[in-house]
Amino acid sequence: MSSVLYDTPGPRAKRRNVLFSAVFFVLLALLLWWVWQTMDDKNQLTWALWKPFTQSQAWTTYLLPGLADTLKAAALAMVIALPLGAFFGIARLSDHRWVRATAGTVVEFFRSIPVLLLMLFANELYVRSSGISSEERPLYAVVTGLVLYNASVLAEIVRAGILSLPKGQTEAAMAVGLRKGQTMTSVLLPQAVTAMLPAIVSQLVVIVKDTALGGAMLGFTELLNARQTLAAVYANVIPSFIVVAIIYIVLNFLLTSFASWLERRLRRSKKGTGVVLGEDTVEVNPAAVRESFGSGAGGSI
Amino acid sequence: MFDFLEGYDVLGAFWMTVKLTALSALGSLVWGTLLAAMRVSPVPLMRGFGTAYVNIVRNIPLTVIIVFTSLGLANVFGMTMGAPDDFEAQGFRLAVLGLVAYTASFVCEAIRSGINTVPVGQAEAARAIGLSFSQILRLIVLPQAFRSVIGPLANVLIALTKNTTVAAAIGVAEAALLMKEMIENEAQTLAIGAVFALGFVVLTLPTGLILGWLSKRLAVKR
Repeated sequence: MSSVLYDTPGPRAKRRNVLFSAVFFVLLALLLWWVWQTMDDKNQLTWALWKPFTQSQAWTTYLLPGLADTLKAAALAMVIALPLGAFFGIARLSDHRWVRATAGTVVEFFRSIPVLLLMLFANELYVRSSGISSEERPLYAVVTGLVLYNASVLAEIVRAGILSLPKGQTEAAMAVGLRKGQTMTSVLLPQAVTAMLPAIVSQLVVIVKDTALGGAMLGFTELLNARQTLAAVYANVIPSFIVVAIIYIVLNFLLTSFASWLERRLRRSKKGTGVVLGEDTVEVNPAAVRESFGSGAGGSI
Repeated sequence: MFDFLEGYDVLGAFWMTVKLTALSALGSLVWGTLLAAMRVSPVPLMRGFGTAYVNIVRNIPLTVIIVFTSLGLANVFGMTMGAPDDFEAQGFRLAVLGLVAYTASFVCEAIRSGINTVPVGQAEAARAIGLSFSQILRLIVLPQAFRSVIGPLANVLIALTKNTTVAAAIGVAEAALLMKEMIENEAQTLAIGAVFALGFVVLTLPTGLILGWLSKRLAVKR
């Protein structure tokens, strides 16, 4: 395998690679052995601590309801944030300067604030000036925080999606006499939505991860919070952390894989303009999006 | 008008945020670069380890990692981080550890994507004119890779600044924790929210603008 950094290995390089592999393998094995020993020393490997996860009670009473709450908050946040994000994204592309400026300020402001601050603030606001019951309040606060933050991130995704379309699309639409609104709704948006799909699915991963903040800081009964209740009953802190982490990894890995499958599929398809906003454009390098480098960059980690 | 600020160390809390950011940025830059080096190395086992680390760690919520450093590493395994009696320092170091472990996976991806923007043809052309391996790296590949990596890394730095608020979950006295305390005890919810929001805008806006400008200026035009 040749890359920009090294050539296809010859006989000498191959021998060297085998040597490096062996040394690295030994180091890795030592590390694993050390972790195993430490766990054993603290009696974290006893079967009694792990047994609850093989029985249905731990799952039906704690983990699954927690996971359901995580998914509920994430889904609600996404469903509410999408139209809001689309609105602000399109407003940032308006021909009127004051609309552009207002939308831009709102988006950049909410993107530059940590989502935890938004959640804490929303929670306090609901405590003081609303009749939401204290059981419901954490969910409301978490969803509000996530919506405010992610709507502004999605606004950037929508804007990037529309900007990524070839200019000929707008010009052709104008040439056949469509108005600005018509151009947006019947020509640009449908194509941009397809291009944005992978990026939107990737953003869902960020939302799922951020729900855990509500569990730690606001007492929202999602997966991380359910873990705490579970560990209090079975006294298995480490095993419960490992199981919960695996649940998150599997869930997010499925979402990420779905996103990259979508991306590949859209890139291959002959329909449309072949423009796709991949994970890399939005997650790794927002600078690739025109004029997108305010305080709000880094929205997707 | 700002008398609600009295009795609270707002600047101290933001200083803690800055310290968390700076130390975690340094740590994750080192660990992330190592991971990236592994991920692009010709040794399959190292590539596998790098890929596995990145895919596992970035799919776990940062909150889970940070809470684990406190409840798991400190309480169960007795990792005191060199400060067995000083719980404040211990929480701070654990938070940095968690932030470094998490952020490094994003630093790794940013650096890798930067290296990947250098076309293979550049190295092939360099080999064709007879440059040695170190010359290729020094004169052709790394200069281009560094320039295209500034944007993505600035992005990670801004995200890290915001992510330090998660340290509030294990009681590190940084901005988010102070804001939680203040809005629960004081009447001016909106004003307090505005002060802290502004604080984060002040922290992240210059980073974004300066590094964004730099990355555009230094970008390799292709």
